[in-house]
Amino acid sequence: MSDPQHDGIWEETQNSPEFKELKRRFRSFAFPLTIAFLAWYFLYVILTAFARDFVNQPVLGNINVAFVLGLLQFVTTFIIAWLYERHSSSKLDAPSEALRDKVEKGLGK
Amino acid sequence: MSHTLLSTILFLIFVALTLVLVIRASRSNKQSSDFFDGGASFSGFQNGLAIAGDYMSAASFLGIAGTIALFGYDGFLYSIGFLVAWLVALLLIAEPLRNSGRFTMGDVLAFRMRQRPVRTASATSTVVVSIFYLLAQMVGAGALVSLLLGITDPVAKNWIIAGVGVLMILYVTIGGMKGTTYVQIVKAFLLMIGATLMTVLVLWHFNFNVSDLLGAAVKNSGNASLLNPGQKFGKDVLDAAGNPDIFHSIVSKLDLISLGLALVLGTAGLPHILIRFYTVPTAKAARKSVNWAIGNIGFFYLMTIALGFGAAALVDRVSLLRGFKVDATGCFIDANGKAIADASGTCFNADSLATMGADLKKLLVPVDLSGNVAAPQLAEFLGGGSGSTGGAVMLAIIGAIAFATILAVVAGLTLASSSSFAHDLYANVIKRGTATPEQEVRVAKIAAIAIGAVAIVLAIAAQTLNVAFLVAIAFAIAASGNLPAVLYSLYWKRFNTRGAVWAIYGGLISALILLFFSPVVTGTPTSLIPLVGDAPRWDLFPLQNPGIVSIPLGFIAGWLGTITSNERNVQKYAELEVRSLTGAAIGKAVQH
Repeated sequence: MSDPQHDGIWEETQNSPEFKELKRRFRSFAFPLTIAFLAWYFLYVILTAFARDFVNQPVLGNINVAFVLGLLQFVTTFIIAWLYERHSSSKLDAPSEALRDKVEKGLGK
Repeated sequence: MSHTLLSTILFLIFVALTLVLVIRASRSNKQSSDFFDGGASFSGFQNGLAIAGDYMSAASFLGIAGTIALFGYDGFLYSIGFLVAWLVALLLIAEPLRNSGRFTMGDVLAFRMRQRPVRTASATSTVVVSIFYLLAQMVGAGALVSLLLGITDPVAKNWIIAGVGVLMILYVTIGGMKGTTYVQIVKAFLLMIGATLMTVLVLWHFNFNVSDLLGAAVKNSGNASLLNPGQKFGKDVLDAAGNPDIFHSIVSKLDLISLGLALVLGTAGLPHILIRFYTVPTAKAARKSVNWAIGNIGFFYLMTIALGFGAAALVDRVSLLRGFKVDATGCFIDANGKAIADASGTCFNADSLATMGADLKKLLVPVDLSGNVAAPQLAEFLGGGSGSTGGAVMLAIIGAIAFATILAVVAGLTLASSSSFAHDLYANVIKRGTATPEQEVRVAKIAAIAIGAVAIVLAIAAQTLNVAFLVAIAFAIAASGNLPAVLYSLYWKRFNTRGAVWAIYGGLISALILLFFSPVVTGTPTSLIPLVGDAPRWDLFPLQNPGIVSIPLGFIAGWLGTITSNERNVQKYAELEVRSLTGAAIGKAVQH
């Protein structure tokens, strides 16, 4: 692939509409979701640090708001992992494999 | 049969079993590169278990359960940070890393850069992070063994640490990545079974009513606030007059946020975790392995609630806390420094601890707040209590699993740092890419022996250091020095050699400097250099965890280095971007 005759293929592929669409599909899903889960995580951390009156309130028996928020972090983590898996397998895997085959053909493999 | 003997036998069975696996794995290695990536032949499920085995260290199993047992809710914060962190790896790192690298973190960082400076920086950071992490695990092993096996003789303890070191060197040099992976899979399996067993027994004890478990934990601990955040992190500090001390409260809360930042961003910068993504053949398998890991790790961290609060509720407080404050004559003292004595005025000491009444025991002031033995003690209780056969069996099983846990993690760390030494420093910096694969593997094996030896010596010298402190350093450095460089490499077109070098050293050095000037090193009674009498202090930086400052500094340094350098690498970035999203030419070295 360091063969000079094939060096153009990477930029060619990078500029192709198929690749641009694949990149858009990946980034428009992964980036906002990353910002969202980090914001939600830091909201949780900041609430446990600064909103003690709120998080110490009992919800059910001895279980307080802090526990519910903490358990929700587990729930959202599992849900986000599942959402990403669903998005990748339905929207990313097929175009990504098609592009890979095309590039490797171009590289002479 | 005593639990000591049983524990030793179970552990030896584990060692024998894993050594057989490792030797068999070494026979199936087809080419020399298998040493680094296990032939990239594992399935997503296998690698998911191995990631869990590589990630859940002594700090997770013993440390979190112990922190919850002693400080309640705050220990749970670790569990949450350690889990949520996996989303960074899943969404941004695992797949592009698998697609564009081969053996080390440096492969991706140096992809489109000048090789020598970037690989040198990457190897430095890999070895520094791994050594701190290694030290934590080996010091933990020493502490665990002395508590479980009743070995207090310092010489015997040193031999145990050396033994752990020799075993990890054997695993890595014989089995390489494949062998190490099998050890981690077996360990993950055992840890999950052991933790599930204990969790079911704890919940059974409370008729599967979690609220009752929490209530019993509050009652047994005598701490009404055990279920509220703020017992350990982000404290509401009072001044001498009993009024709220706004400044110190804010500092403490910033420290909590700083810890949260280091935990959630550190994982995706840990070299021994990153190289696990190379053991599967495709990005899809890398994604599946992270999903399996999230499932396993999440389930395990949920169980830490039952383990930690179970220990708080069921284990006798005095045995949970082990050591207590004493005066010059060896008598236990209360919080006011007054000797604790019976009605006749005879004070209690370590020998008469068992005869103390429950009321007097409440006055004891614990000095060892690590809580590292909470989980094994809970196991003993669940088996039937101290002195019972069931208790001895449970203690032995959980002790052996804890030891297996440590062993699997140290093997992964040794592999990561020796791979980086051989592949980044030797092959690409010293030999400038002319080393043969056989030479590379030979250097990696020698490096594994050398790193193992260094870790043994340092761990023996560092036995008094706090395990959590060492792990916190590793996470903070990984988040500050590695993560910004990895993210910029994968996603920022303009990023270049100077940016990568500045990002790594900027984050690494600022984290280390801030730690040096933090209360972790001097200025408090629990510092590395404890504040007693006129001990020197230079705690100019008020936070225990440097992340909130050093992580942004890593990002800023990387940005600044990039924009002040004219180097452009548009073509190479095109290759990186296409490869990272499509997996074209996967596993092939980039030639320069």
